[in-house]
Amino acid sequence: MATAQTHGRSVVLVDGCRIPFQRSGTRYVDLMAYDMGRMVLKGLLTRTGLDPDAVDRVVMGCVIQDVETSNVAREAALGASIPKHVPAFTVTMACISSNQAITSGAELIQSGQADIVIAGGTETLSDPPIRVKRSVRKRLFEARKAKSPRDYLQLVKGLSPSDLLPESPSIAEYSTGEVMGESADKLAAMFGVSREEQDEYALLSHERAAAARDDGRLAKELVPATLPPTFDPVTTDNTIRDDSTLEKLRQLSPVFVKPFGTVTAGNSSPLTDGASATLLMSAERAEAMGYTPTARLREYTYVAQDPGAELLLGPAYAIPKVLDAAGLTLGDIDVFELHEAFAGQVLAVLAALDSDAFATDTLNRASAVGAIPMDKLNTRGGSVSLGHPFGATGARIVTTAANRLHEEDGELALMAACAAGGQGHAILLERVAS
Amino acid sequence: MATDAALSTDLITLDVDADGIATLWINQPNKQVNTISEATLTAFEEAIDAMERDPTIRAGVFISGKDASFIVGADLDMIKTFASPADVRALSRRAHALIRRVQTLGKPTVAAINGPAMGGGLEMALGCTYRIATTHAKTKLALPEVQLGLLPGGGGTQHLPRLVGIQQALTMMLTGKNIYPKKAQRIGLVDALIHPPGLHRAAKEAARQLADGTRTPQHAEQSFTDRVLESNTVSRRIIYQQAGERTKKRTHGNYPAPPKIIECVKVGMEDGLEAGLDLEARYFGDLVFTPESKALVSLFFAKQDAEKNPLKDHAQPVREIGVLGAGLMGAGIAQVSAENGVDVVIKDQNLERAAGGRKHVWDGVHKKTTKGILSNFEEDVIVERVVPVDDYAPLQAADVVIEAVPENLDLKRQVLADTEAVIRDDAVFASNTSSIPIAEIAAEAEHPERVLGMHYFSPVPQIPLLELIVTEQTSNAAVATAYDAGLTQGKTVIVVNDGPGFYTTRILALYMNEALLLLEEGADIEQGDAAMEQWGFPMGPFELFDLVGIDVAAKITEIMGARLGGGDYQISDRAADLAAANLLGQKTNLGFYAYEANNGDTEQGDLNEDVYRFFGGADRTSMDPDTIQQRLGLMMVNAAVRCLEDGILRSPTDGDLGAVFGLGFPPFRGGPFRYVDHEGAAGIVMKLERLTEAHGPRYAPSSLLREHAAAGTSFHR
Repeated sequence: MATAQTHGRSVVLVDGCRIPFQRSGTRYVDLMAYDMGRMVLKGLLTRTGLDPDAVDRVVMGCVIQDVETSNVAREAALGASIPKHVPAFTVTMACISSNQAITSGAELIQSGQADIVIAGGTETLSDPPIRVKRSVRKRLFEARKAKSPRDYLQLVKGLSPSDLLPESPSIAEYSTGEVMGESADKLAAMFGVSREEQDEYALLSHERAAAARDDGRLAKELVPATLPPTFDPVTTDNTIRDDSTLEKLRQLSPVFVKPFGTVTAGNSSPLTDGASATLLMSAERAEAMGYTPTARLREYTYVAQDPGAELLLGPAYAIPKVLDAAGLTLGDIDVFELHEAFAGQVLAVLAALDSDAFATDTLNRASAVGAIPMDKLNTRGGSVSLGHPFGATGARIVTTAANRLHEEDGELALMAACAAGGQGHAILLERVAS
Repeated sequence: MATDAALSTDLITLDVDADGIATLWINQPNKQVNTISEATLTAFEEAIDAMERDPTIRAGVFISGKDASFIVGADLDMIKTFASPADVRALSRRAHALIRRVQTLGKPTVAAINGPAMGGGLEMALGCTYRIATTHAKTKLALPEVQLGLLPGGGGTQHLPRLVGIQQALTMMLTGKNIYPKKAQRIGLVDALIHPPGLHRAAKEAARQLADGTRTPQHAEQSFTDRVLESNTVSRRIIYQQAGERTKKRTHGNYPAPPKIIECVKVGMEDGLEAGLDLEARYFGDLVFTPESKALVSLFFAKQDAEKNPLKDHAQPVREIGVLGAGLMGAGIAQVSAENGVDVVIKDQNLERAAGGRKHVWDGVHKKTTKGILSNFEEDVIVERVVPVDDYAPLQAADVVIEAVPENLDLKRQVLADTEAVIRDDAVFASNTSSIPIAEIAAEAEHPERVLGMHYFSPVPQIPLLELIVTEQTSNAAVATAYDAGLTQGKTVIVVNDGPGFYTTRILALYMNEALLLLEEGADIEQGDAAMEQWGFPMGPFELFDLVGIDVAAKITEIMGARLGGGDYQISDRAADLAAANLLGQKTNLGFYAYEANNGDTEQGDLNEDVYRFFGGADRTSMDPDTIQQRLGLMMVNAAVRCLEDGILRSPTDGDLGAVFGLGFPPFRGGPFRYVDHEGAAGIVMKLERLTEAHGPRYAPSSLLREHAAAGTSFHR
């Protein structure tokens, strides 16, 4: 099975940024995903000094669509004054939506359809679309034809008061009915990851994020957001728990599998609002325009597993595939970024990669893929501490990984993420010498 | 660690962790599943000794080392070896003592259940302080002993009602039905649920908390009415009485186990645990040696054997099945295929009719969704597997094509020819005819070697049997592939040789024919039905006529009459007369009885007195049930033996399976051959001779019966 070996033209990452991520229901509570998308696009254009007229395409990932702005990429691009003649489209692939935005953009460049693509994602989980029940919606649709009071009366007939109760979107997997936290709990158990290890990992994620925030490493990827009515600047992620301790984490009850589960609110990624964007170019165009890219896209792949059995194990399948395609091993990689849906899920992926049994039984390999060293993994925290606006996480991770290559003086960065539907993604970046 | 915890047995291994939590891994070597046998009991006793002895052990976890299977019940092979009720009672008492030791160990125990916990396996779990089950699709809990004519002999009749209440316990033990994890938790049969990979850790955590005193088992709350009903002697007596009446109505007193179960519960709850356990052990010993239980156990083994495809190596994969004809049969075949992961192309003359087949599938599947057996998404996937078409071309990829078009030889030959024009050379063509010999259908086939009969029974999703009919030309590959397809569809498969009506239709047609002859002689319809229900059939012959359709019966009579005729058979032609008068049974709401459609279901109403005009008028003579039962029952039994004699049947076991699982022959009689063995061939021959004298040569005992009678031998060993 082919991975996306970069046939065709070379694609480079010029820059990336995001607005600070905020816990849902906090600073971005009144915003639409479109608002955040608009802000991050404008932020990226400003910090790169790019003439928006040069943009060939805008691609944004988004998971929970607002019907008002169903092609949110287009509305956000128009709102950010990207010229009307620049086409924009929205992609959706659960938690790897903005990864799909980036690779779709890269493919446009590789094939010669575009030279400059802005790829990112935006998501609000503060305002999930709450609907009235189907029975009521159907009547509302018919109400367009109603004329007399009798017609209206006819429409109300047979409705019970409970029909008027709104429905919030379920976060359960559509095909299996399983909530993602249950899957994570199961996955952690499958690889023998204890509650204590999960809590320790969560704590580490928060500590690393806090340190990266305090020493300014995180600031490099942030563009501040200023919002009406006060326009008080939002400059840092409010998802990082500075006061977190192992003691406190230990006391939390499992939320998904009661009473003997291990996944808690403390060792899971929080509901988050935010947006992120990257600037991709063909290598020639970047050079012609005088940009110094941060990284070149080497390889990427997508995988899919049974959503019932291995909903969140995608990275354990995607990572060896990408490494094999590039002729590399784990030891060659300097920077690792793994999406942290749940601490237990990250640790399960690490355990799977380091397991001979998993390698022989599932990956058809002679021995384990290998151990990812903790000091190369998510050194600025991850989704547990930085939050996880579904459609925006992928572009955050790619940006972070590219920046880390320079700060940590590495050559190769490997990123991977899991997604609802049992899907997964891995992407390999190579530093462009500055 | 803890070397003094090492056991001498290899059935159970004991691990003790640093917290003093012992894990008893139950893992019978060289077996797919764990069962309860004398050896397992010894191993448990030894493990409990070790737990008692070792002061570092604070609590224990009982868990299976098998993949998604806890303990599937008692070892039935062992039960067969017992010589007397006393031996069985001793085993039962031993299990009681073991459970008492677990309960009085002074150290909490947790049963960690992944996969089925059945019979003795569940009884072991009932003895534990706490039960955790997984949410695995294979996890189910049941006391199914009643289905084998037995009762739960390991304390189940006593400990279950104490855990989940009398009514719930009686339902479980009288039906033997499976309880799935969510319900098990709701009724208090298990204390907590967890995903399978977390089971061992969760069980150890529970054990530790129980030992620390930070967790106490909480009994699930019964509903208010249940609590009140079970709280006093008077209303409890009503519960026992009603359970007894319901059972009597369902079993006609043919099954000895259910009343004994009720009595054990009653004595245990009213006179105390000890009295209950004593009675349980006594009745368990008795029941093992009843002919009813022996018949049911033999059927169980025969059914299990039939789950192995004898020609497995010749089978080709079945990914897609084509079904010709989208009527009730075609749609039923489509449903059981799609439910088991096979794609189905269902063809009829036009798209509307074909789509009607898909609707039938949806009707059947959706019922399961409303009962919570399937999720909406699973329903979608199943229904989406069924593609309605009005043309043969889409059948090109089918591995097996099954025709379920009307019973007409020319039509069947035509659809065979049309199908052969599009399917692969190695695809199998099967006819779902109920009576036309397969060789006649295959006579003009391009590839007669791929033609066979796949005879399903209506309603297909409910009736377990699939009768495969092979001709002299049918290839092993075709038989093997059809056998596999049947197993995939969840069917019990028997293979028979070709002939008019094969096995099942032949013996059923003669039985039904005899019922019509009885009517002609002046018998009463309701008396006839009642007598055969009393004998153990799920419904009487006239109700069955109405269910299958009197026109269908007339058609079968016509086909069978032409092919079997000339001999000693006396064929009634009244089915054709009724059909001509449009008295077709349930489909016209009028046959031997009147019917009323109610919410998609058909409800039986009063007798249709009018039909008596076809049978000599309304004056009826009362016949005693025994006469009716002999006339009809022995007609079927003798016909079955003749099928073996004629080489239609390949074994008596196939004959038993076919009659019980296809025609509803009383299961407690074990099938026609087991019935002859039990009654003695000599006695049957004598009765048949008497019937021959009274009613003619159609009752002449088959020569095989005479041979067994003369030699004093039996069909089964």
